[in-house]
Amino acid sequence: MDGAQALTDLTEISSQIQAAIVLDADGSTLATTVDEQRGPEFAQGVQELLAAVQRAAGDEGGGGLAQAEIATGDGSVFLVRDEQRTIAATTGPEPTVGLVFYDLKSCLRGFSEPKPKPKPRARKPKTDDEGDAAA
Amino acid sequence: MPRRRAVAGLALVAGSFAGAVALRRRSARRRDRVDVYFDDGSMVSLADGAPEASTVLPLARRILETTRA
Repeated sequence: MDGAQALTDLTEISSQIQAAIVLDADGSTLATTVDEQRGPEFAQGVQELLAAVQRAAGDEGGGGLAQAEIATGDGSVFLVRDEQRTIAATTGPEPTVGLVFYDLKSCLRGFSEPKPKPKPRARKPKTDDEGDAAA
Repeated sequence: MPRRRAVAGLALVAGSFAGAVALRRRSARRRDRVDVYFDDGSMVSLADGAPEASTVLPLARRILETTRA
């Protein structure tokens, strides 16, 4: 799935999500909903946040961390990881946590799965009538 | 006499406002926390004021500011 499209779908599905970003394992931005000016700062902040959460939770290697919610009075920041990517999203205060995690995981899965190729249509065998009509 | 009443009314309004602000700040602070979920299904919750959370929460606030600017 196209990265930008996946995030557009995410923000359409989940009205609670205000901004989102998907980072590759090396920290490069795969897709984001924020503009080009704020994008790099958002990506940098998410990387720093992920490292800080891993340190705080005693998961220095980062192997075991699956997801996190950092809740503040102004809003929450969500992090969800798979083997290759990290998705981060911001919401307003007191979001529906389970729903946001579910939407973020679905979006991340969309990045991982290859786009299904359209199946070739089975050709309708020519009938004798059609063959006669063409002739 | 009416002046004294007006002053008392103003003091009451100001006091209520200050109380509401303090209550709002206190409840907002109580909401601040870091919930971390691991692959094995375990979970750690770090409340505001915990030394581990002190580095994480300011970073999250900065991200919220960046995305809303």
